[in-house]
Parts: sequence; structure tokens; C-alpha cells
Amino acid sequence: MAHGSSTTPEDDFVITPTRPGEEKGSWSSVIQDLLFTVDHKKLGLMYIGSGLIFFVIAGLMAAAIRLQLAIPNAHFLEPDVFNRFFTMHGTAMVFLVGMPIIFGMANYLVPLMVGARDMAFPRLNAFGFWMFFFSAWFLYFSYFAGPGLYNAGSAPDVGWFAYSPLTSKAFSRGHSSDYWTLALLASGVGSIATAINIIVTTISLRCKGMTLGRMPLFVWTFLVVAFLVIIAIPPLSACQIMLLLDRYLGAKFFDTQAGGSAVLWQHFFWIFGHPEVYILILPGFAAMNEIVPVFSRKPIFGYPIMVGANVMIAFISLGVWAHHMFTVGMTSLGNSFFAISTMLVAVPTGIKIFNWIGTMYGGKIRFELPMLFCIAFLFQFLIAGLTGVMLSVAPFDWQLSDSYFVVAHFHYVLIGGLLFTIFATIYFWYPKCFGRMLSHKLGMWHFWLFTIGFHVTFFPQHISGFLGMPRRIYTYEAGRGWEIWNMMSSLGVILQAAGILIFVWNLIYSYRKGKIAGDDPWDAWTLEWATTSPPPDYNFEKTPEVRSRRPLWDLKHPDDPDWKYE
Amino acid sequence: MDQFINQPVSFAEEERPWRPPSLRKVGMLCLITTETALFSIFVVAYLFYMGKSLNGPYPHEILAFPWSGSIALIGSSFTLHAAEWFLKKGNRAMFHLWWFITIAMGAYFLYFTGHEWYEFIYHHHLTISTNVFGSTFYSLVGLHASHVVVGLILLSIILISSLRGKLHHDHHEHVEMIGWYWHFVDAVWIVVLTVVYILSAHY
Ligand code: HEM
Ligand SMILES: [Cu+2]
Repeated sequence: MAHGSSTTPEDDFVITPTRPGEEKGSWSSVIQDLLFTVDHKKLGLMYIGSGLIFFVIAGLMAAAIRLQLAIPNAHFLEPDVFNRFFTMHGTAMVFLVGMPIIFGMANYLVPLMVGARDMAFPRLNAFGFWMFFFSAWFLYFSYFAGPGLYNAGSAPDVGWFAYSPLTSKAFSRGHSSDYWTLALLASGVGSIATAINIIVTTISLRCKGMTLGRMPLFVWTFLVVAFLVIIAIPPLSACQIMLLLDRYLGAKFFDTQAGGSAVLWQHFFWIFGHPEVYILILPGFAAMNEIVPVFSRKPIFGYPIMVGANVMIAFISLGVWAHHMFTVGMTSLGNSFFAISTMLVAVPTGIKIFNWIGTMYGGKIRFELPMLFCIAFLFQFLIAGLTGVMLSVAPFDWQLSDSYFVVAHFHYVLIGGLLFTIFATIYFWYPKCFGRMLSHKLGMWHFWLFTIGFHVTFFPQHISGFLGMPRRIYTYEAGRGWEIWNMMSSLGVILQAAGILIFVWNLIYSYRKGKIAGDDPWDAWTLEWATTSPPPDYNFEKTPEVRSRRPLWDLKHPDDPDWKYE
Repeated sequence: MDQFINQPVSFAEEERPWRPPSLRKVGMLCLITTETALFSIFVVAYLFYMGKSLNGPYPHEILAFPWSGSIALIGSSFTLHAAEWFLKKGNRAMFHLWWFITIAMGAYFLYFTGHEWYEFIYHHHLTISTNVFGSTFYSLVGLHASHVVVGLILLSIILISSLRGKLHHDHHEHVEMIGWYWHFVDAVWIVVLTVVYILSAHY
């Protein structure tokens, strides 16, 4: 648009009235609609919905594990059922809960935030979802195979990282490892398809005026996540292909008797596995980047530095995988390299934490639910980061590797980090998706029960880890000083479960009875709030045009728009 | 208000037309990136296991430099280029000719690989389960060959639709993208050639 033209930003948006609860079709037409849809918003919700279902299933397994570990010498779970439960819990939480929910977030929000009508390749998008969906059920189907449900079938029992040679034909009889491999191979293909779609959408479908420097940080972060996915998933697929060749064609990749190497599996797995952790936590950062500014009433502090920090985190994360392998016995040069490169991640992460605090500092903070979850995130992620730096000190890791300290550390990352921002995301964008607010009162119950329950469960595990309790033991003797901490851990689960129940009830209840939200209930600044709640099929009646990082601020404050200062 | 961002600058940038990069190009670049990551792991596995086989046959006993196959595959990148050039000129007949030659050369490469495998399996008794050399060799070369197969299918689809008059101007980018893919498959072969037939030849 030429300088000095009389067009004001108002012309760029058409805000149509909200229409929540449009007439709903019959069940069969809804199901047909879901089966054949290529709409990014429906697929996004389908991702999140199925992710939440798997979250409940995997959570029940965690509860069963905790019940077994509550007291010494318990006989609630058979040892091999226990192995299947922790493996399926970990695998499901990473691949069937974390990944799909972040893809759901990206699917729903990225096209709206860049002012596009859909993802770049809508049919590929549907393909990605269904790949994930079927591979997930395929994995669970393993419970019905082999010795059936009572002995928990032939579900995978080799841990979520499936270390060789546990997975070799000799040690892993039957088909449990094949279920693991084939399911994750298929869902990997879907993830890569979706990630490519996200990249192409952000690069090629941005609306007029949305330069890279004006893209919401959420979108920037997901661009980095998608790049990590397309670089990190192929190594996993590669080593799974090798595993299949070993198991079916007698190849020797991981066969130590024939010159193969079990350590190579670890390298390949963690070349995927470590970046995967960042694939899971960066979306949390993405949500923080949008929610914190809106509830502090200030633009994000240090936008360009935040972009740089994301890129730097992604880059470093590709070079630190062997910090999971300090106990394998690498050279001291190797140990030093991976210890130092790991500590380096603390720099960009510290910058991000500093900038979020900088955004809040001096702002008019509103303690709405999304913001509460974000503040809890900040605190918990800090703890996770500190224990992470501790573990990156190789000699320290030699003491604590495979102990409950590690379990505590990664649950502070994955629950305290990822899950809390998933909650924040849902509270923040639910009104956009369904046109109604989630109940604040139920939300507060959810927040406090879950937060307290989370700390009661996982904080004591730092201590039981220090006291030498190994992870993945199915029971333990009395008298080692672990009882009290395990009992606390198990009791915390009750609070967490209560919180989750309230949350799920809130999702259902508010869908019908929630307060009508309006188009922009939080007075936010990014493009998705410029359309109706829920958005129409085509997202925007007229493709928007932006002139600054906060298009809706410009719209609401024609007297003092951001673009004047750009 | 906005002391943290935004220096006042001019509007000059708004006057440029808004043309983000094309969907297909970005998509193809992503696909190539992800494929590169996949191949890298197989290449690393090959390098890692070089000289670690506990029993023969060993690479130096059976590997022969694949001259004719390599010339065919690498040459097909040039014939593909020629075909694209004629397509741009609007010379359909020459486009068809060179495109067909490209397909033929790719197909010869596949035949060559198949023949090599036949020799290895039936005359030298090297299979994927013989030793780590067999495992890494067949998986790496096989992964590459499977990409050649996909490439040949794509190239054939273009040729057939063009012969049936279904290839129009707005398909030029499709043709170009398939070209990118083919060049990538070719580049991977150069890496495989170096790693398998040059670096490991004396082990
Ligand atoms: C919500 C409450 C949760 C509880 C009570 C819980 C509990 C547990 C327990 C008891 C273990 C087994 C530790 C062992 O013996 O090695 C475990 C392992 C694990 N959990 Fe969770 N967890 C929860 C949520 C999550 C979430 C949200 C994630 C990821 C997004 C996650 C990821 C993992 C992973 C990757 C493992 C390792 C599995 C393995 O060793 O193969 N968990 N969890
Ligand atoms: Cu790591």
C-alpha cells in the first residue's frame, strides 16, 4: 500500500457477529464430516481431542504404576505387566499425547495467525492426522495380541527408547517390539508430512504485509519446531528400519555377536530423542510468547532476541544427544564435549525466561487462568532447567543416571513445562474454537489441584533418586528410606487425577453452558481474534493485511497504531 | 507504549508487491531436507561399520566400481536439464525425446543395480544377513534404489500426461519440482558412490 493513501487498517478486517452453537447436525453427519474433512480447524481439534483421550489412557497407566510403587513389596502388578505399563506410558505420552497436541495447536492456530484460509496442503494435512490416529490404535492393539489383556498382551515392554539388544529377536520374543517399531514408523511419516505443511504454510501463505519480522512469535516458534521435526524424525525412522531389518531379515545392525553395535542404537535413538524433547517444549514457549504479553498488557520484550533464542535452542539441541549416554562409557573428550554443549542450552533458555519476566515487569498483570498456568510453567521449567544442568555434569550423571532423580527431572520438563502450557493454550484459545469461555471457577479448582498434586508427586522423586532408588524397578524392599517419598508420590497422583477430572468436565460443560465469549474475549492482538468465534470455514471473509506485529492493536487504536513506529 | 520495539522507519517496503515463495518449491526443499537427514543416518551406519565385519565376503573382494550405472544415472541429470530447456522453448517433441532418454537412463541404472545384487547374492553369497557389510550395503544402496523407483514413476507420469496432451503451462512448476527431486537422487548417488565404492573399497 502506497504511503499516504487514505486506507486505514479498519478496511482490512471485517468483523462479523459471533455465532456460537450453530445448529448441530445428526451424529452420523458429524462423524462423516470428521472422517472426510480437510479443514485445518477440525483437524486441529481432532488432534487435540485424540491426544487428550490418549492422555487419559496413559495417565491411568501411570496411576497403576504409582499404586504399585506406593508401598514396598507390593503385588498389585506382575513384573512384566509393569514393564509394559511404563513403556506404553512413556511411548504414549511422547508420541500419542505430546506430538499430536502440539500438531493440533499448530494446525488450528498457524493458518489463522498468518491470515491464511487453510494449511498449504489440506489433503496432506488430513493424511498426517490419520497416519497418527491409526498408528496410535495399532500400538494399543498390541494389548489384545499374544497372551491377551489379562497378561497385558504383547504390548511393548522395552522402555520408550527400546534399547538394543533388548529388542533383538533373542530377548524380545513375540511381536511386542514390532508393534512399537511399526506404530512409531507410521506416525513418524505423518509427523513429517504435517511438519512440512506447517513450514510451507508459514513461509508461503502469509497474508499481505506479514513479513517474517511481523509474524507472531507463536508462528515463529512453530516454524522452528517443524524444522526440528523434519530433521530429527528421520534418524528415528532410519534406526527403526534397521531394527525391522534385524528382526525380519536377520540383518546385523544391532547384533553384537556379529560385529553389530548396541551403542549405535543409542546414538541414533538420541540423535532423534534429544531434539524430540525440544520439539515438545518449544510449543510451550510458543504459547508463553502469546499469552504472557496479552495478560501483561505489554508487547513481548525483545522480539528479535526471542526469535534468535529459538533458532539457537534448536540448533544446539541437535548437538547434545550423547548426554543421555554418559554412563555408556565414552571417551573423556566425548563426555566433556557433550557436557559443555548441553550447558550451552541454558544460555538461550535463560534469555527466554528473562524476556518473559521482562514482559511481565511493570505490566498490568491479569491473573486469568491461561496466565496462571504460564506463571506456574515459568517456575517449574526453571526447576527442570536447573536439574537438567546438574545432570549435564557427567560425573554427577554417573551417580544419578537411571534413578528417580531423572524421572523427576523429565516430568518437570514434560508436565511442568509441556502439559502446563497445553492447559494454558486450551484455556486461552477454547473461546476462539467454540465461542464459549471455560468456567473460571472449575478452572481454578483444576489449576490448584493439579499444580499441588504435580509437586507432591514429583518433587519427592528428586529425593528418592538421591537416596538411590533406580527407575523402572517394579518393587523394592522396605527399610531403605524410600517408603515415605514413594507414598507421597503416589498420593499426589490422586490430586492430579482429581484436577484432570474437573478439567475434562469443564471442557464438556462449558461447550454447552459456558459464557458466550465474543470474538476477542482477552483483548488480544493477533489475527485469529479478528474473525468470529468459532471462525467460519474460510477463516476470514476478506484476507487481512497487516502492517505491524500487533494488527488488532492497530485496529483498536487508530489514533496510535504500532505501524507508525515501524 | 511501544518503547521495546519499532523504531520509526519509512513505508518504502509496503510498495513492493507481496509475493511469498511458491508452495511447491518450499515443500520440495523441505522434503529434500528430511530425506537428507534419513540418508545421513544410513551413510553414518555404513561408515561406522566399515571394516567391522567378522566374516567375509569383504568389500574389497567383491565390489567393482559401477562405471556404467553411475554414468547412466549422473548423465540423466543432464538429459533432464535438456528436456526442461526444450519444454521452456515450447518444443514438445524434443522435450518428449530427452525426457524419455532420462527415464531410460534411470531404468538402466536400476537394471545395473539389480544385476549387481544378483551377482553378489548368487555368486558371492553376500546377503543382508551375512555380515555387517551386507546389512549396511543393501540397506543404503537399497534405500537409494527405492528413491530411483519413485523418481522413475514420477518422470513417467509426466511423460504420459504430456503425450496425452494433459500437460499445460501451469504444470511447469510440477515438472521443475520433479526435476529437483531427480537431481537430489543423483546427488545422493554421488555420496553413496564415494562412501561405498571408493572409501570402503580396500577394507
Ligand atoms: C500426569 C501424571 C504422570 C504421572 C503420575 C507419571 C508417572 C510416571 C511413572 C511412575 C513412570 C515410570 C518411571 C519408571 O519406573 O521408570 C513414568 C515414566 C515416564 N513418563 Fe510419566 N507420568 C505422568 C505424566 C507424563 C507426561 C505428561 C509425559 C510426557 C509428555 C510423561 C513421560 C514419561 C516418560 C517418557 C517416561 C519414561 C518411560 C520409560 O522409562 O520408558 N509422563 N511416568
Ligand atoms: Cu537430552
